[in-house]
Amino acid sequence: MDLFEYQARELFEAHQVPVLRGIVATTPQRAREAAEALGTPVVVVKAQVKTGGRGKAGGVKLARSPQEAEERASEILGMDIKGHRVEAVMIAEGADIAEEYYFSLLLDRANRSYLAMCSVEGGMDIETLAVERPDALARIEVDPLVGIDQAKADEIVAAAGFAAADRAEVARVLMLLGNVYREVDATLVEVNPLVKTGDGRIVALDGKVTLDGNAEIRHPEWSAYTDETSDDPLEVRAREKGLNYVKLDGSVGVIGNGAGLVMSTLDVVAKAGADLPGSPSPANFLDIGGGASAEVMANGLEIILSDAQVRSVFVNVFGGITACSEVARGIIDALAILGDKATKPIVVRLDGNAVEIGRHMLTEAAHPLITLEETMDAAARRAAELAAAAE
Amino acid sequence: MSIWLDQNSKVIVQGMTGSEGRKHTARMVAYGTRIVGGVTPGKGGESVTFEEQPVPVFNSVAEAKAATGANTSVVFVPGRFTKAAVIEAVDAGLDLVVVITEGVPVKDTAEFFAYAREKGTTRVIGPNCPGLISPGKSNVGIIPPNISGPGKIGLVSKSGTLTYQMMFELRDIGFSTAVGIGGDPIIGTTHIDALEAFEADPETVAVVLIGEIGGDAEERAADYIKAHMTKPVVGYVAGFTAPEGKTMGHAGAIVTGSAGTAQAKKEALEAAGVQVGTTPSETARLMREIVRGL
Repeated sequence: MDLFEYQARELFEAHQVPVLRGIVATTPQRAREAAEALGTPVVVVKAQVKTGGRGKAGGVKLARSPQEAEERASEILGMDIKGHRVEAVMIAEGADIAEEYYFSLLLDRANRSYLAMCSVEGGMDIETLAVERPDALARIEVDPLVGIDQAKADEIVAAAGFAAADRAEVARVLMLLGNVYREVDATLVEVNPLVKTGDGRIVALDGKVTLDGNAEIRHPEWSAYTDETSDDPLEVRAREKGLNYVKLDGSVGVIGNGAGLVMSTLDVVAKAGADLPGSPSPANFLDIGGGASAEVMANGLEIILSDAQVRSVFVNVFGGITACSEVARGIIDALAILGDKATKPIVVRLDGNAVEIGRHMLTEAAHPLITLEETMDAAARRAAELAAAAE
Repeated sequence: MSIWLDQNSKVIVQGMTGSEGRKHTARMVAYGTRIVGGVTPGKGGESVTFEEQPVPVFNSVAEAKAATGANTSVVFVPGRFTKAAVIEAVDAGLDLVVVITEGVPVKDTAEFFAYAREKGTTRVIGPNCPGLISPGKSNVGIIPPNISGPGKIGLVSKSGTLTYQMMFELRDIGFSTAVGIGGDPIIGTTHIDALEAFEADPETVAVVLIGEIGGDAEERAADYIKAHMTKPVVGYVAGFTAPEGKTMGHAGAIVTGSAGTAQAKKEALEAAGVQVGTTPSETARLMREIVRGL
């Protein structure tokens, strides 16, 4: 889960990382009040979006008075930055920047460890720096069992080539950022830029934090972080029911168990539909997960059947923990609840745990909308044909 | 032979007295896996009966090992206790710890993996994986028991249900060992670890490698195959039509050095001489042709 800059700033502040004052505002009027409260000659109005490149997109503007802050905020609020609508701005103190640096600490999947990256050439696009001047970006492995201690911080600042006079203070800030990473269960803490101010302070001027969704079990406070403002309504409904659902553009609804098998099912459906009229393709990704109950199956089917674009549905389950009998019961239950509202054909392929019972239940039910197929390929083909025929 | 797991493996179940642990232990016992004990702190001295055979419960992995000679553990304890359970198994000096639990905080996995790596005596598989099966010998985890019998193909996969699907497709040939390594950001055993073990296993003649979008594990596996594998490898990557995933931010993109798309992974594998199927059935066909030609 990615955080907004203002949320990252709050986390930094709570862990004693030096930051500038900033106040979040969702209306131009509030932006004006925020600038008045800060009381500095210059403030920065910063779009709060979970994507990079907002500066280039015009989402970061200086303002020299509360009046100007209000005007800039009214321009920025509602802007679209790479598909993200700006719902809030942060009004931050203007900074007297002497130098800009880069720092990040993140999960290193390849080495199954943590990696710190640091450069004295911050502020610019870090991907460009990594490609064009790789020597300017220090990469130092960080032991997950230790984190960034004094020795590690010293190693990082030396490798990045900080001036001797700045090393002690930068190292201190890096240790604090390392604490943030470990204490809040982050998978990424990035500061770009980390700056030295005119009076020699080291300050995190921006912040990007990604939290590990698995760690939510020990962070009840994260419930404040969810934002669902810009999502597809079906996705929101699915999430409320605890389903892993992504809306796509096609006409074949897909339900399966396990992310890998569902992704594979999307591929097989797309391939099966490629040479049919209208080239039917998947309408969604929906993973009912391991050990799904009949209720979960019914919820999933209900979501998919309420998608107006769907012409046919493909249920593809290989039961490991999930019992095919539960899947069959879920389909039958959902159709009973929906009654006449269910009008789209459902192609079912079951294998694995309790497959005979599941297939038998569906055969017994003899519902006119349900077709059973033996293999994944045949079922995908059948579902694609039904979707093509319904167009 | 097989890799990491055979009929001699003596297995304990951490979390055997919980509902998931009990359910899957029953299945493993029914398969013939040598389940020699369970570990639940505070329940030492009790026992749980499977197939009319009482299986003793111990307070700690060390006690269980001392009493039974166990060398393998399978972990079903909830996510918040998983790190402690794995560290206990590593401290007891088990050879193999298979972590089935899903939803383990990544920080905990990073820490228990770092701990196991430092000790250097225990292989960890998972977390969030279905485990591994050496058909006809032993089954540790939650892979359905009767998909395929023993044979000469090795299989390694991030995805549980795709493991089952591919075993099903190739049940006419059979498997030496099938390993589900899990799809979490940090995993104890990688595709490369499994490829290395299959290369060294005389019973395995060819390997199916299953990947999916995200990260660059498949690209790294491709480099390894090119440099080290003499046995044929057939690849399958899921997610050609999946929407572009959420990026991890700039820093993440630099580390992986890859777009992480199915197409990029397919190309990397093909450049390493691996034939790659675009569906499970096509992948199975490619494998069948290779095995026939050996």
